[in-house]
Amino acid sequence: MSIRISAPDTARKGEVIELKALIQHPMETGYRRNNRGEVIERDIIKTFKCTYDGETIFEATFHPGIAANPFLTFYTRATTSGTLEFRWTDQKGETWSETHALTVE
Amino acid sequence: MDTAQTDKFNFSLSRRRMLALGSAGLVCAAFPLSSVAEAADADKAIKDLFGDGELQEGRVTVDLPPIAENGNSVAIKVTVDSPMTETDYVKRIAILSPRNPIAEVAEFQLGPRAGKAEVATRIRMAGTQTIRAVAEMSDGTLWIGKASTVVTLAACIIG
Repeated sequence: MSIRISAPDTARKGEVIELKALIQHPMETGYRRNNRGEVIERDIIKTFKCTYDGETIFEATFHPGIAANPFLTFYTRATTSGTLEFRWTDQKGETWSETHALTVE
Repeated sequence: MDTAQTDKFNFSLSRRRMLALGSAGLVCAAFPLSSVAEAADADKAIKDLFGDGELQEGRVTVDLPPIAENGNSVAIKVTVDSPMTETDYVKRIAILSPRNPIAEVAEFQLGPRAGKAEVATRIRMAGTQTIRAVAEMSDGTLWIGKASTVVTLAACIIG
């Protein structure tokens, strides 16, 4: 499972920083059919959560209308040096996560 | 989508590349029309998510390309006019599609820590339509914004 995070390593206190997160996932809608005409079972990531120093700062709920390889750009205000954690959970409860250390000057 | 292609992914080139990737190797099949949402379904979805509050036009800006060659991956950006302070911030943003099989596309929970009320992602679009975005403010007011895209190749979610 490939995860790409784009976040600054350092920020000034109070600065609004841009965070980008991408996870490789087919986001199978459950509406497509294979070449034998059988419906391909739905397989999607349902939720995404970003915590900063343990506090949730952004959450997303996905439906099949989100494109394959869910990609998000969002923002947060830098307050203290800490860890940003990005976590995805699929419909079966499986989770993937990635962390990024942020230093606030 | 094979791994080699995805590994080439680069944030700065994301949109064009992902559009190209999304079209590869999809099998489309006929699909009953009954599973296509209508504008009324989008209205109902808004009610389910946000209750009966009055929807005011404005403050929410939806950025979509005017034309999308491939409905499987359309870049969307929702910006809400809000100072994002401790007392005045955006609580929730929802993206709704009147034409996809499921009207709800995504919901985002924000808060004062977000600093900026802006979210971007990529969505599937089952044909040309006007996407709606609804934002709930910390004072409970609801705002709606809309944008249209002409989709030349619809996402395979409806066939």
